[in-house]
Amino acid sequence: MSTARRLDATRPVTLSIDGASVTVPAGSTILEACRSRGIDTPTLCFLENLAPVNVCRVCVVELEGARVLVPACSRPVEADMKIRTDSERVRLSRRMVLEFLASSVDLSLASDDVRRWMERYGADPSRYGPPAPPRAANERDNAGPGHHHAASAGAAANVVQPVKVDNDLYVRDYARCILCYKCVQACGVEAQNTFAIAIAGRGFDARVSTEFATPLPESACVYCGNCIGVCPTGALMFKSEHDLRGAGKWDESRQTVTDTICPYCGVGCTLELRVQDNAIVRVTSPLDHDVTSGHLCIKGRFGWQFVQNRPEE
Amino acid sequence: MFGAGGGTSSYRETEEANIILLWGSNAREAHPIYFHHVLRGIRNGARLVVVDPRRTVSAQWADAWLGLDVGSDVALANAMGREILAAGLENREFIGHATAKFDAYRDAVQKYTLEYAERETGVPASAIRDVAHAYAKAEKAQLCWTLGITEHHNALDNVFALINLALLTGHVGRWGSGVCPLRGQNNVQGGGDMGALPNKLPAGHDVENPASREQWERLWGAPIPHKRGWHLSRMFEEMEHGNLSALYVVGENPAQSEADQTRAMNLLEGLEHLVVQDMFLTRTGELAHVVFPAAASWCEDEGTVTSSERRVQRVRKALEPPGQARTDLEILVEIGRRFGVDLGSPVAERLWDEMRSLSPWHGGMSYRRLEAENGLQWPCPDESHPGSPFLHGRLWADPVGGPLAIFVPTEHEPPVERLTEDFPIRLTTGRRLDSFNTGVQTGGYSSPLRRGETLDIAREDGERLGIADGEVVRAVSRRGAVDVPVRYDETLRPGLAFMTLHFQDEVATNLLTIDATDPKSGTAEFKAAAIRIEKVAAPALVAR
Amino acid sequence: MDLHLIPGAEPSAEERAAVDAAVGPPASAWETGERRPDAEGHVAFGGHALRARRHLLLPALWAVQSRVGFITPGALNYVCRRLDVAPADAYGVATFYAMLSVKPQPTTIVHVCDDLACRLAGAPALLDAMRGERGAESVRSSPCLGLCERAPAVLFQCAGEGAKDYVVAPAARTAADEPKPPPPPPPPISSGTRPIEGVGTSIAARLGQGSPSAPQTEDGRRETLRLLARVGRVDPESLDDYRAHGGYRALPKAIAMGPEAIVREAIASKLQGRGGAAFPAGRKWEAVARQPARPHYLVCNADESEPGTFKDRVLMEEDPFALVEAMTIVAFATGCEHGFVYVRGEYPLAEARVRAAIAGARKAGLLGPNVLGSGFAFDIEVRRGAGAYICGEETALFNSIEGYRGEPRNKPPFPVEKGLFGKPTVINNVETLVNVLLVVEMGGDAFAAIGTGASTGPKLFCVSGNVERPGVYEVPFGPTLREVIGLAGGVPGGRAVRAVLLGGAAGSFVGPGELDVPLTFEGTRAIGAALGSGVVMVFDDRADLRDAVRRIAAFFRDESCGQCVPCRVGTERQEELVARLDAGRPLRSTAEEDALLDEIARAMRDASICGLGQTASGAIQSAIRRLGVFSA
Repeated sequence: MSTARRLDATRPVTLSIDGASVTVPAGSTILEACRSRGIDTPTLCFLENLAPVNVCRVCVVELEGARVLVPACSRPVEADMKIRTDSERVRLSRRMVLEFLASSVDLSLASDDVRRWMERYGADPSRYGPPAPPRAANERDNAGPGHHHAASAGAAANVVQPVKVDNDLYVRDYARCILCYKCVQACGVEAQNTFAIAIAGRGFDARVSTEFATPLPESACVYCGNCIGVCPTGALMFKSEHDLRGAGKWDESRQTVTDTICPYCGVGCTLELRVQDNAIVRVTSPLDHDVTSGHLCIKGRFGWQFVQNRPEE
Repeated sequence: MFGAGGGTSSYRETEEANIILLWGSNAREAHPIYFHHVLRGIRNGARLVVVDPRRTVSAQWADAWLGLDVGSDVALANAMGREILAAGLENREFIGHATAKFDAYRDAVQKYTLEYAERETGVPASAIRDVAHAYAKAEKAQLCWTLGITEHHNALDNVFALINLALLTGHVGRWGSGVCPLRGQNNVQGGGDMGALPNKLPAGHDVENPASREQWERLWGAPIPHKRGWHLSRMFEEMEHGNLSALYVVGENPAQSEADQTRAMNLLEGLEHLVVQDMFLTRTGELAHVVFPAAASWCEDEGTVTSSERRVQRVRKALEPPGQARTDLEILVEIGRRFGVDLGSPVAERLWDEMRSLSPWHGGMSYRRLEAENGLQWPCPDESHPGSPFLHGRLWADPVGGPLAIFVPTEHEPPVERLTEDFPIRLTTGRRLDSFNTGVQTGGYSSPLRRGETLDIAREDGERLGIADGEVVRAVSRRGAVDVPVRYDETLRPGLAFMTLHFQDEVATNLLTIDATDPKSGTAEFKAAAIRIEKVAAPALVAR
Repeated sequence: MDLHLIPGAEPSAEERAAVDAAVGPPASAWETGERRPDAEGHVAFGGHALRARRHLLLPALWAVQSRVGFITPGALNYVCRRLDVAPADAYGVATFYAMLSVKPQPTTIVHVCDDLACRLAGAPALLDAMRGERGAESVRSSPCLGLCERAPAVLFQCAGEGAKDYVVAPAARTAADEPKPPPPPPPPISSGTRPIEGVGTSIAARLGQGSPSAPQTEDGRRETLRLLARVGRVDPESLDDYRAHGGYRALPKAIAMGPEAIVREAIASKLQGRGGAAFPAGRKWEAVARQPARPHYLVCNADESEPGTFKDRVLMEEDPFALVEAMTIVAFATGCEHGFVYVRGEYPLAEARVRAAIAGARKAGLLGPNVLGSGFAFDIEVRRGAGAYICGEETALFNSIEGYRGEPRNKPPFPVEKGLFGKPTVINNVETLVNVLLVVEMGGDAFAAIGTGASTGPKLFCVSGNVERPGVYEVPFGPTLREVIGLAGGVPGGRAVRAVLLGGAAGSFVGPGELDVPLTFEGTRAIGAALGSGVVMVFDDRADLRDAVRRIAAFFRDESCGQCVPCRVGTERQEELVARLDAGRPLRSTAEEDALLDEIARAMRDASICGLGQTASGAIQSAIRRLGVFSA
């Protein structure tokens, strides 16, 4: 678990990053060392409140003496490591990871950072050919492991598919899913421990799924929304936000974010209320807060509607 | 017992504990984010013990679930204490150094043998023994409780019985070990800390202590009554006796949240003057002569709340209140003005600073610090103090700085309402994950988990009574009856039934509950009513 | 945990019984969903003890699959209750493995191997014929079944009470000759073992005549064989016969030597791992032996899934006690009390033989709490894979044993430090382990004298494809590729070699100009190839190499676990690219496609988590560059 790792400031470790000497506490990761030097290191599957799963590989760096690149997010520093963060090998792998994702997933709601990194590394998702047509609803959910239909010479496979809307609280738009595993971690061992979702299937057919791909209301989901809180690409989204976006009314320039405390039980969870036009449109919690580590329950995440069930004006 | 009404530990300590006892707490549903800390503790190797009549979703995580009979907590706790003593596992050094009246406790628990406890609680003696040993031997142990301990006619005795265990084993006053009541509402702790208790001024100062009173009188420039007020249950008694005829209710819904609802409604209706200040027009509000529409304190107003780990945190205004609603503070100031008292135009921060000028718990908690440090845990006497993750570390100091911790011997007293042939089923109450109290707030959102009120019973009881899963029945107590669909619940054993208070408009569970009250705390025995289940003759008589 | 089971899905009595048999009888009614309120209405135990059974998830899923033919919702619920695992979590595991199904399917599924060697032997036509006869629902194409010496191969996966899986190879091509289930199995060799699945021909009947899977054993040149010495001669189901053929001589000697001496000899032997990475085995054992954390685990990687590889299968099927004895020695040397053999799901006979050998050894006191009266405790558990090439990756294999999806872990930490269940772990494949018998018996220096200076000891090669006598061949390290092909009788009809795939799908193609490369670690390295798992697959001048390249691209796309982006998407993009080249429809130009493939390959090699992605382009690029497969 993320909480198990402890930094030991009494034991500083010195390593070299891009030729400069860097000293960080023992137990730090290469990513932390890079960030301590202000080196902009792309990450997609990494989040401060989750144990690193190092699956997206966009943070890879070159470690002298290592046969392959190493993930900065999870690799602990060791004394005298020599790291390159901008070598040709690093740049190529980062570009390819971004191209692979952008050519197979809808990244239009990912953060501005992603667009910046794509520009920086010269990622060109179009060079894999025209995208394959969208898949039917639930088609990807049924892909068994093992043999698949032979790849097409004409089109680049992708995960485009219809949005899953099966409850009033949040939607799952897996056309935007990069399989960063964060939602599975948050639903599972890293926070909620409900395990309503897991990675199912294998290879390019791998996807986030409930048991037998059942709709959420029949699943084990308890609607804590901690999966939404960690999703980096908008694949998991408040229904309120999804509806506003669908109606073309989502406008971040008219939004404010205010920290307050949940009105329900006595645990005292900090809520970040995102408000547009005097209505709450999304609720999160700060990742670095001792009480919540960014996680909430259904009441804190979604139970605010009562303050805006106002008579029609 | 310790002199301060608050959980002694931080949530974080749970993550490092070796054993966690949740006693009368279904934190998985009622305190979900606290339970995240429990889960981290479990992942770090902690053993979890859950003491609860139901095998709740919390209990399903436990290494051991002790499913005691409702209201037998003291018997169980005392038997654990006796067993710890019999096995020589008590912390003699701590007892000798930091506690008083140990002998009285030791004598009192002598009759609570494991066999006696098994008889009274239903829990096998061997399981009680194992848990007692595990708790006593653990290096770090957390003991937490909720309303399963306090919503009883002998609530305070229940609490003492648990605290005795912590004293016996030295599981208090150290990082990782402590006793924690988990508060049911977001500012129960803060309300009490601010003096919203019949006998208290802010910061635990006693209203009947002249020295305490005087400081606050000086600060406020106004006299304070010398005698403690009435707690809620007492107020209803005094209404019954004709001694209370006007009531000003702020943010409560006693018409639906009080046990024995028929009686509560009658008394409220009989008041000469009822003022209700609330976000909603609640059932209580409907009875009121005057209603003040109030802003939501957590998102339409500024201020602070205090959590179960004594953490004071800021609430902030994110929304404009609707219509004529005003903040609680504005309403109070306006009432003051109508009474001819000019309270000025105070803002929350200024009131806070005024309060903390006299509160040693809050002295160092400026708004600036609260914002910068994600809140602070009291006591935090001055601006350089980092706050207190845990309490009573002094008990381990030499000499003990302050009074000794006192053992308070307690005796097992079963629930007031006994099971009889006419009322053979024990009804207990609690919360579900997605709902809250009487549902006035959680009713506002569309929860996919919500299935409305049910009378949860054991399959065996259903089959014995010829009642199918889902069938609407009439649940009858000595005070009232409700029609409610039955749900077979595998977490219940025969003879035990469960309901919530979340859907009072549809199924008024509190028509069934008993208002037998702990004279010391004023808490009613919501957890233990006796009912019978009757088949409803015609299917047309489905619950509304 | 607070399980939310699939609503309304109840297990059948058969499913319950199958799961209970796999995971043991329930300790409490709370685990089964039955009600026992009188005894357990006031108490329940679970928590850590219950969750510690997670490692039984794959055996439990297998039990259901084998009993009813697919994982029904009711059975999944029951497995989840028994092991305290959430349904979605278990579903994620079940859908990872090709031999498990979460959808209804026929009770007999025919897996027709259509991988490289079987394609050369007409697998596509066989597949079509079988689909026509039995219906598409019942017949699946399969990645390499590890029966390349008897191509084309078919695996029958059968569900039902007492049903057993079995293979038929070589399989008839037409429905008229459709293979029948094997004859009744011979009597069990010792009590407690289950009957043995056969391959159609009883090995016992041929005893003494050598094994058709290892043609050298039939040739009377047996004195040169060390690893294969007993193959085809010893009764694989008889401990006594194993002893009569020199078995269990090494173990007493090893115990007398003591752990440190064994490790010392292993280091002196310069024995290198035979799975592909060629890590010095003695060093690995030394590292685990020194780890203070306990317990230590020994894992035999018998998930032999590299296309073209079948040597471990032959060893397990024909000399299983040797593996048991070797594991016992390595465990003794490294302080392991518990061993696992993880056998790939497609090897029913090898699994049964190893299980039987373990049971036999246990009965004879050669495994158990007091091995040979020495006070050393060691036992072995067999785990069956379920159709996932990636589980041959050591950390993926750990996850699979632990009951998780077979996704590889990032390294470091390495298994010697944090392996199975997070504990120090020795993991070696079958061939590597069996070599320890030689090291102990002859001594490290003598072992090191076999082969070349840098590649020591005997080596097994899996020779298949267009050769006269495909099979496992043993040589002391040193002979050239041409010589090894010669051992197998050369190319039939005197045809020319067009290409040889060395090391399997994760290896590379070499051309006819490279046949004089010595098949040593250093020799292959010098020409930019690798020995890998010892695959020597020969393609003659009529072979369709484009087809082989497309198959390899499809293989990696199928077998990628999907965890990391470079491999998950890279294998898909690579297959698309190969399809474009094959169709003669390159995007922009062939040169640009070549450059793009190079970038895909580099990203997969540099940034993938594990060896699968890191090697997924090697064979394809070598075919294009060395052989010009798409140029003509």
